[in-house]
Amino acid sequence: MKLLEFTSNGIYCSKADVYLDPWRGVKKALITHGHSDHARWGSKSYITQTDNVPILKHRLGDISVTGKNYGDKFQINGVTFSFHPAGHVPGSSQIRVEYKGEVWVFTGDFKTQDDKISTPYEPVKCHTFITECTFGLPVYKWEEPKIVHEQINNWWAENKSNGVTSLLMGYSLGKIQRLLKNLDPEIGKIFTHGATEKMTEVLRAKLDFPKTSLVTRDTSKKEIEGNIVLAPPAVLGSVWARKLGITSSGYASGWMAIRGARRRRAVDRSFVLSDHADWDGLLSAIYSTECENVITTHGYTDIFARHLNGLGLNAVSEKTEYEQETPETENPK
Amino acid sequence: MRKFSILIKTLDSTNKTNLKVEALSNYFLQSSKKDMLWAIALMSHRRPKRPMTNKLLRQWASEESNLPQWLFEESYHIVGDLAETISLLITQDNSSHKISLTDCIEEIISLKDKSDEEKKKYILKRWKCFDNYERFVFNKILTGGFRIGISQKLMTRALSKALNIEEHIISHRLMGEWDPQSTTLEKLIINPDPKDQLSKPYPFYLAYPVDLDLFSKSDVGEWHIEHKWDGMRAQLIVRGGNFYLWSRGEDLITKSFPELKILSEQLPNGTVIDGELLPFKDGLIGDFNTLQKRIGKKNISKKDLHENPIIIMAYDILEIGGKDIREIALFERQKKLEAILQKYSTINSPIRLSKYMKFENWDQVKKERKSAGKKKSEGLMIKRKNSKYEVGRKKGNWWKWKSDPKTIDAVMTYAMRGHGRRTNLYTDYTFGLWNDGELVTFAKAYSGLTDKEIKEVDRFVKQNTINRFGPVRQVKPELVFEIGFEGVSLSSRHKSGVSVRFPRILRQRHDKKITDANSVEDLKKLLV
Repeated sequence: MKLLEFTSNGIYCSKADVYLDPWRGVKKALITHGHSDHARWGSKSYITQTDNVPILKHRLGDISVTGKNYGDKFQINGVTFSFHPAGHVPGSSQIRVEYKGEVWVFTGDFKTQDDKISTPYEPVKCHTFITECTFGLPVYKWEEPKIVHEQINNWWAENKSNGVTSLLMGYSLGKIQRLLKNLDPEIGKIFTHGATEKMTEVLRAKLDFPKTSLVTRDTSKKEIEGNIVLAPPAVLGSVWARKLGITSSGYASGWMAIRGARRRRAVDRSFVLSDHADWDGLLSAIYSTECENVITTHGYTDIFARHLNGLGLNAVSEKTEYEQETPETENPK
Repeated sequence: MRKFSILIKTLDSTNKTNLKVEALSNYFLQSSKKDMLWAIALMSHRRPKRPMTNKLLRQWASEESNLPQWLFEESYHIVGDLAETISLLITQDNSSHKISLTDCIEEIISLKDKSDEEKKKYILKRWKCFDNYERFVFNKILTGGFRIGISQKLMTRALSKALNIEEHIISHRLMGEWDPQSTTLEKLIINPDPKDQLSKPYPFYLAYPVDLDLFSKSDVGEWHIEHKWDGMRAQLIVRGGNFYLWSRGEDLITKSFPELKILSEQLPNGTVIDGELLPFKDGLIGDFNTLQKRIGKKNISKKDLHENPIIIMAYDILEIGGKDIREIALFERQKKLEAILQKYSTINSPIRLSKYMKFENWDQVKKERKSAGKKKSEGLMIKRKNSKYEVGRKKGNWWKWKSDPKTIDAVMTYAMRGHGRRTNLYTDYTFGLWNDGELVTFAKAYSGLTDKEIKEVDRFVKQNTINRFGPVRQVKPELVFEIGFEGVSLSSRHKSGVSVRFPRILRQRHDKKITDANSVEDLKKLLV
């Protein structure tokens, strides 16, 4: 019996009778992070990293959840578990599972860049590494985040000088706060959409962010003009967005690295900024775990596994229900 | 090159037409006349001959990026564009590279006679010295298909703004075959020499799909109604004793249709006729398939001329006695065309007049449309009698009202990733029909679904893959689609034994199971 198995409910540890990021309700679930494809509703009890507890409660409502600090080891039926920083979004973890000297690590989602709001990724040595590979294709190579944030601030400043409002979109947990953290409040006022503002409020408990104002029914176009509005991607083309007046729309996502995806998204400006590891990030993470076996879960799983095999690793892909294969499934979360 | 790549990047990063035109005209104002001419050429799909095969480029790119060939190919399939894939996989070094667009293109042209080794050395040097967008543009010039969301219309508008010359004049001057290597901006656009204009075609006037409100809003008597001939649009020019034939895509196709040459002896000099090339034998119009056998063939044999002769069905006249008459009303032009054909052509001339028909009311028109197939036409053309001959696709005066397509219900069997805007989504489908309890492939189609529907089908494909063949996935036969097409003919090249013309998806039949889909037998019943 393998330490972790892929079942119809999710990744399962039979020795401890717990699931990692299950996609159906189970008795006990260990959760890597708060995105809806990893933290699903319906389990009896949840265990996650401390910073993720308020996020989970905000997303899933009244649940039974226990928090653990990064690196704290705890036992379930003789199996040792611990959470380690994944650098994906605030409160995100990799889960380390150890039984009789055998170590497995499940990444959930992760990135190797430091986004200034999440605890930075730390490699964890293991025998078997279960990894996401959302961007497991060599065409994905990220710029330094500093350069991208500069591009965003320049875009905002230019729009402002033309009397145009900037509408900047990204998903609600992680991306929006990362964008917010790096906006230059000297340029103007920062407005937000209700859907993203709630999550930002939750995170303000632990993190410092520039001041934001919620766009309400009473907010006038005049007030917003030339300023920036942060919102989830779903608002593009909506009545809500039209009410903002003349806007230039921007979208921040790793998928924007490809021209076809940019054109499909049909925004005025796209920024290549991702909370997932790029090709080089994935490879360096794998090497630093010193693992022998790799299981690829979501993204370009087959291609990435085949490449790892070519590099002499023992890699296979497994089917999961983490929905990340294309830009189209990157829904506002 | 830097300036041009910044232009492309700017054009790429906005959806607003005005901003595009502004960026283009600014580029035109700031660049040298030579660069400007090449930019116009590239954006109107005129590019230098490809100096090497794509296969070599792919090989060099995978070597240079240190990736196994299969991984390079997978990346290419997912990105959906070779030029872009290469630009993403190569890393810039810090060699300096300042070079103008013209000089760069001239370097590319001069590669023609070099060895593969020398070509490779040059290409790698350029790849590494450019930034990502310059590399992309450079590759686009190398590989062709420079489609960047700039229509001819937009470019013409920007040029008009930059040069202060009217749009329709620019459109005309940009027509036909020209090569930036042998002409200049001055000679082509600013101050053309009339002597160089002998072969130059006029921009085609294109019709819009009919707006059915037309019928209630206007009297049928205001319109000139004729059949929409199912052939190939062409412009026939007789000037200075020579004869030129142009396709809608601005290719000179004179040599492919030598039987029309006799018209240069029969028609007076300074005559330009707009019409449709049609297969025509023993007094009867033939099938589009027959014409297809002739299109693209450069060397026409006696056998071709004998078996598949072609005529031009004339429907408009744009020039008489060397005078441009596009401004006068259609019914006047029609009278002149009729008179010229009567005077100069004989019963054996490879030219016919497309006659317009008289109708009392729109109901009669509708009835006539139904009989289009029998007359070998694909519907009706409805043109305002007093319309002038305009430039490009303009709404209002010329309408096309095509016959309803033939339809059949088929099962989706394979799916392939799309290109361009549809990159990374499964958008190109293969469809099968029943034959002895098996699904036999009969057509591929990729248009007709909305973005939302594509998304749903894409999801289905990803969750119901049976087999993968590179970019193609075999899917569980489950989805039924209504496929529309123009015509059916027997074909030995297709597994089903039948081929259909212009197949497209009309809608998904959520109400049908795969057992309800049609059979090859059903399709054969539609053979005329």
